Amino acid sequence: MILVLDLCYREHSLGYEEFVMPIARIIEGQGTVVSTLHYRRNPEKAMTRCDGVVLCGTPLQDHAFLQCPDAFSWLADTDLPLLGICAGMQAISLAFHGEVFPALEIGMMDIRAIASDPLLPDQATFPAYELHGNACTVPLGFAVLAESDRCVQVIRHRDRPIYGVLFHPEVRNEGIVERFLSLFCQ
Amino acid sequence: MEREELACLITVYSENEESYLFHTPNVRLVRFQAEAMEVPLVETGTAGRKEEELYDLGRALDIARVQYGIEGVVTGAILSVYQAARIQRLCQELSLWCFNPLWHTDQEAYLQALCDQGYDVLVSGVFSAPFDESWLGRKIDARALAELKQYAAQYRITLTGEGGEYETFVADAPFFARRIEVVSATKEYTNYRGVYRITDARLVEK
Repeated sequence: MILVLDLCYREHSLGYEEFVMPIARIIEGQGTVVSTLHYRRNPEKAMTRCDGVVLCGTPLQDHAFLQCPDAFSWLADTDLPLLGICAGMQAISLAFHGEVFPALEIGMMDIRAIASDPLLPDQATFPAYELHGNACTVPLGFAVLAESDRCVQVIRHRDRPIYGVLFHPEVRNEGIVERFLSLFCQ
Repeated sequence: MEREELACLITVYSENEESYLFHTPNVRLVRFQAEAMEVPLVETGTAGRKEEELYDLGRALDIARVQYGIEGVVTGAILSVYQAARIQRLCQELSLWCFNPLWHTDQEAYLQALCDQGYDVLVSGVFSAPFDESWLGRKIDARALAELKQYAAQYRITLTGEGGEYETFVADAPFFARRIEVVSATKEYTNYRGVYRITDARLVEK
C-alpha cells in the first residue's frame, strides 16, 4: 500500500482533486493499493502499513504547509521510500534542514538531467509541467539529478530512496511515479 | 483561503469562434445557467486574438473581485496545459487562487457520473471526425457515452472532448433550481464540423 499525502491548506479542500487524486490514479493504475491522508492527520501511524509515501503538490497560492515544519520532521527518520512532488519536495528539503525560497515557474519547461538515475526519463532534456511559487535548496546528503534554467528540479538522497521532484510528474511524466513504485515500493 | 463559496460565474464572449482559450457555441446562454443556479454572472467580450484574449479574461476577474469579492477561480480544465497554464499565470498576477478540480480526472468515470447524477448535457458543436450531424443537440446519455468510448478507442479522440473534438451545453444539473428548455435551435454541419445553435430557450420548473 502506498500512502499519498495531501499537503493542501485543509482537509477535503478543492486542491485535493487536482493535486492528490491524479497521483492516486497513477498508482492505482499500477495495481497498487492507495491510501490518501491529509498531512495533519498523523501520517506516522498510517506508515506502519505502507510500502512508500508520496507527498503531493498544492495550489500555487497555497503555502500553508510551510507554516507547519514540525508536521514533516518524521520524514528524516523514516526508512520508507519517499517521493515528494512540488510542495512535497519542499517539505522533504525542510525536514533535512534545507530552505525554501521564492521561484515562480508555470507551464511546460525544459528540464536538464545532470546525473543519470533510473527514476528519470532516459533523455538529456525532457519537458515537464511546472506549477510552483517556491523552490528549495539542496539539503546536506542529497544529490541534484535535474534542473531547469531557474532552479533545481530533482534531488535524491545519497543513501536512501528519497526523491524530491519540483515539477508535476502527473502531467506528461507519469513514468516517474510508476518507476518510483516499481523500483522501491515492491 | 478558509472556505470555498460560489460567488459568481464569469463568461467571456469571443468574437472569434475559433478562440484558442474560450468556449464559443451557445456561450450567450450562460446567463440562463447563472439564473438557473441563482448566482450572478460577470460578462465581458473579447476579439479572441491569441494571448490578448487572456487580458480580457483578466478584466472580468477584476470586475468579479470588485463586485463580489472573489478570492479565487475554479476552471473546468481537464487536460489542456495551454489553458491551465495561462489561467494559472493570470491568477498569479492578480493574486487569486486557481483551482482545476477536474484536472487529469478519470474521463470515463466523470462522464458516467454526469449521466448517473441527472445532468442534461447536449452536444452543441462537433469539430472532428467521426462525428456526424446526428450528434448536434444530442444528449450525453449511456448510449452516447458508449459510442464516445468506441470513438476514443478507434479514432483517439479525448472522451470528454478536451481536445476540442466536441463541445457541450449543460441544460440541467442537480444544483440548478430550474432547468433550461431549448425552444428552438438550428444545425449547421459540413465535413465533420457543425454547430447546434440554440436560437430560443427558457427556464422552466423542474
